[in-house]
Amino acid sequence: MYRYDDFDARLVRERIAEFRDQVERRIDGRLTEDQFKPLRLMNGVYLQLHAYMLRVAIPYGALRAEQMRMLATISGKYDRGYGHFTTRQNIQYNWPSLVDIPDILEELASVEMHAIQTSGNCIRNVTADPFAGAAADELEDSRPWAEIIRQWSTLHPEFTFLPRKFKIAINGAAEDRAGIRVHDIGLQIVENEAGARGFEVWVGGGQGRTPRLARLVKDFVEPRDLLSYLTAILRVYNQHGRRDNLYKARIKILVDALGVEAFAAEVDEEWSYIRDGELRLPQSEILRIRSFFSTPSITEASPVPEAGPAAFRHWLKHNHRDHQTAGLSSVVISLKPIGGTPGDATTGQMQVVADLTEHYGFDEVRVTPDQNLVLPHVRNEDLFAVWTALVDAKLATANAGLATDIVACPGLDYCNLANARSIPVSQAISSTLEAEGLSEAAGDVTIKISGCINACGHHHVAAIGVLGVDKRGEEFYQITLGGAFGADASIGEIVGKGLAAEDVPGAIARILKSYLAQRLGDERFIDTLRRLGSDAFKEAIYADLAA
Amino acid sequence: MKIITANRLTDGRVIYRTSDGQWTPSLAEAQPLDNDEADNALAIAEGEFGIAVGPYLIDYTEGEPGGQKWRREGIRLAGPTAGTTRTLGAA
Repeated sequence: MYRYDDFDARLVRERIAEFRDQVERRIDGRLTEDQFKPLRLMNGVYLQLHAYMLRVAIPYGALRAEQMRMLATISGKYDRGYGHFTTRQNIQYNWPSLVDIPDILEELASVEMHAIQTSGNCIRNVTADPFAGAAADELEDSRPWAEIIRQWSTLHPEFTFLPRKFKIAINGAAEDRAGIRVHDIGLQIVENEAGARGFEVWVGGGQGRTPRLARLVKDFVEPRDLLSYLTAILRVYNQHGRRDNLYKARIKILVDALGVEAFAAEVDEEWSYIRDGELRLPQSEILRIRSFFSTPSITEASPVPEAGPAAFRHWLKHNHRDHQTAGLSSVVISLKPIGGTPGDATTGQMQVVADLTEHYGFDEVRVTPDQNLVLPHVRNEDLFAVWTALVDAKLATANAGLATDIVACPGLDYCNLANARSIPVSQAISSTLEAEGLSEAAGDVTIKISGCINACGHHHVAAIGVLGVDKRGEEFYQITLGGAFGADASIGEIVGKGLAAEDVPGAIARILKSYLAQRLGDERFIDTLRRLGSDAFKEAIYADLAA
Repeated sequence: MKIITANRLTDGRVIYRTSDGQWTPSLAEAQPLDNDEADNALAIAEGEFGIAVGPYLIDYTEGEPGGQKWRREGIRLAGPTAGTTRTLGAA
């Protein structure tokens, strides 16, 4: 894990002192809300329906035990005893007082954390594979590159006022678990024919009201050129991106407007001026950053247990992931208890995860884009002890990747932008699918819910997406089918008219029953859907409603 | 009828404008305003420096938030309808 140097620590401390002064001036009236709002947003502070919300950055979703413990402490000391892990691998606190936030930031800084660039039209937290450095299918650990990008983009003076927010994802494994096709820039670590490592660069993906899959603009960028190429992309966007229309300001609209070839040509021209300049990454610097990130080495390799209680084996079946090192495993800690709130963890649960990270996890825990946690490195002989502790903490739900592993934004219960509630709908779906035995039976199915078109719940890339809309004061939910997040990324299509909230769980249950009746062999839901088309499921959604 | 609502500066909690120009977390203590006086009252509230952030008008019907935003304003008044806040109990 990366550790702050003196520069990092001073930068964060100075920023906190600056924000403390800004808060004091806001409270005593020297700053108006119009003057203060952009300043608080630059420090991750939103004003939501009932309270301020503080979004804390978790760079590429990676935490040490002391950092998770601090997140727990803050949730108990300054909030209401829980935190909400997000689809962008961050954590949000829903109830902090403005006057407490400078103190919260001080506490975060004591464990090398902050809330900088978790809002605003800047480069946001870099998304990475939550299994990076551990996954069996990995070509190269993406974390050093995510850290290099983090350092380059933090308080970057040229990219602090972009036309709109900007999100970068990086993936170094065969399976894309970072979602590179739905980010403004997606980087895939690849190996060329000569055996050299570099980056495929995808640009212009995103969700929201205009969902787009990123397009390939460069099939190979050498590691030393990464920052100069990213800079060239950002400069083209900064110059040509639309600032006159909020809804057309993302880079995906620019790529649409120019066409991917013309866009790539503009980037290449800009790149030609800067490629051999100060942004060229020295090999020594790459190695320095890489030295912070290691995979544990063990001397004795035990196999994954095959015996034990049925519940333990069931948990291993769904929440265990193969590790690149013999004798180690990765495990998913589901934050999706049946009928619970997706992504929430209580103070006590975070403390338990911190303890497990310290005792069994080689001091590493990750946040996933699916709003779960991951212990990337666990000795196989420790898996039972980890599971036992998770059971006691009500964190051992064996549903990672199943239909009850639902992603949901906070929705109208918290969010100022939302049109409809997400949490109660996700809870009802989870309970219904579990009660009918469909979560286990249907296997690998993604269900994601957004409470508005901004799509923080990532419904566009769910096999079954649910989008909440408001029609004259009433909540309705549109079902989308066919979205996917990873290497076979796709945008789901709306199927028919919206449903009332109470009709959504039954409709999704009928979709899954229809799938089970129509699948060939052990075909996944998304593959059955692509084979048959969404119309094959339309009748299942609406049949009972018409009756 | 209309009432004026905002968020409290120090902690963001939901507040309503009273007839004596103060702010209260209690909807029952809010001042109902005729539609033709609401805009003037809002302009006065907006012009003040004080504890309120972002004052705006909402519909008010029979003692409750009304109009097309009734659900949103109802959630602001009573808190989240679901989720961990309710499970743990609001402070």
